Amino acid sequence: MLLISCPFCGPRPEDEFGFGGDATLINPKEDDNIQDVADYMFLRDNPKGWHKEYWFHRYGCRRWLKIERHTVTHEIKSVSPATEQNL
Amino acid sequence: MRYSFLSIAREALNSHKGWTEAWKKPQLQPHYDVVIIGGGGHGLATAYYLAKFNRGLRVAVLERGWIGGGNTGRNTTVVRSNYFLKANADFYEHSLKLWENLTQELNFNLMFSQRGVVQLCHSFHDMEALTNRYNALRLNNIDSDTLTREQLKVMVPDLNYDSDARFPITGAVIQRRAGVARHDAVAWGFARAASGLGVNIIENCEVTDIDVDMNVVTGVRTSKGNVRCDKIGICVAGHTSEVARLAGLKLPIETHLLQAMVTEPVKPFLHTAVASSALHCYISQTDKGELLIGGGIDGYNSYSQRGTWPKIEEVVSGAISMFPRLRGLRLMRTWAGVMDMTMDGSPIIGKTPIKHLYIDGGWCIGGFKAIPGAGWCFAHTIVDDEPHPLNAEFNLERFRTGRLLSEQGSGNTPHRQAH
Repeated sequence: MLLISCPFCGPRPEDEFGFGGDATLINPKEDDNIQDVADYMFLRDNPKGWHKEYWFHRYGCRRWLKIERHTVTHEIKSVSPATEQNL
Repeated sequence: MRYSFLSIAREALNSHKGWTEAWKKPQLQPHYDVVIIGGGGHGLATAYYLAKFNRGLRVAVLERGWIGGGNTGRNTTVVRSNYFLKANADFYEHSLKLWENLTQELNFNLMFSQRGVVQLCHSFHDMEALTNRYNALRLNNIDSDTLTREQLKVMVPDLNYDSDARFPITGAVIQRRAGVARHDAVAWGFARAASGLGVNIIENCEVTDIDVDMNVVTGVRTSKGNVRCDKIGICVAGHTSEVARLAGLKLPIETHLLQAMVTEPVKPFLHTAVASSALHCYISQTDKGELLIGGGIDGYNSYSQRGTWPKIEEVVSGAISMFPRLRGLRLMRTWAGVMDMTMDGSPIIGKTPIKHLYIDGGWCIGGFKAIPGAGWCFAHTIVDDEPHPLNAEFNLERFRTGRLLSEQGSGNTPHRQAH
């Protein structure tokens, strides 16, 4: 069970949150080549180690968060709001 | 040594002193024709079919831990071929047909029991959708049937037939040739048969790097030394991203946890495997009498092989909704495996952009049933340097061409893929 310290609500259990996937992906631009769009859609680093990811505080403040979590130990290094500046 | 009634009788008289090891423990050689990375069901099956169809080919299986110690020993043992899309249907049916003769072929009792897999319907629309799917199976020459509520009551009397249930049961569909098998025995049987054909099985041998020269593989570096080889097959579902990264590849895969659990053993009362999409849960009873329960993936990237409590609670609540009489039972064990979740929910068996490097992975939550079929197809792919028609659509390029194989149609969201 993860204990996620939401910057808005404080420490909350993982089942209040929804997982939003890899947070290192950058939205393709309109004139990007179709293969780059395909890579953005489908390819993932999927590291065994530290992973930056989005979580949604579904049953709390309903804000999107960006979390750095270890995929083996599940240790959480940082939690911050997923603002545009923070993408 | 061939296993038979006579060999058991002979050894009984001989105080069981004559049994030999099931597979040999050879030293790692400096050169092989084909190196298979990963000694689970898929890697061992691939090695077996490589050796069977190509006598004289020098094949090694390199396993980081011990044989069958990964996902082959962690699954819920269901074998079925009830897929909707033609490519999936043909492939899994081929695998099921291999299963039907595998105990005899490997001379190893896999305890394969074709007790049927029942999928519950909870509404008129559920019944329509699943009947459509199971009619598609018939068009692909795969056995399938629908069951009315009354027929289901005779077959599985202990389900919750209360019309006030949150998900009332309106009927079911069934694949009668589907069933369950002894999971460890599959790894051991393939290991023994492959070893008998001259395959070198090297345990405790971790691959630390893959050597590539001019975009062609030349060998692997391992914890037991360097090996030169002509071809490499990766069979490490759960860790495919990590091993492919050694060769510089990035894959359409996320690694997620899938849990399973067993209750304490009780007298036999459940003679088929029963699944419900609405309850996110499926159950079978093992030969020891335990209720073996599985559900969906935990839902966020993890290599930990350690499940979390909220998912156990969800799966157990589904199991109790399905079979209210399970309420008083205690769970004996829970465990988790790590799944290669692909972006369309279908596997990858095929070539890579690097010459003579092949991948069998991306099995999502359903790799166990595919063991013989995948091994068979992957062996063909490696030898011919070209996919067999049965696995041609499981190529890696589909994530660039857009020709996806999605049974669910849920988009590139691995944490929502489950079938």
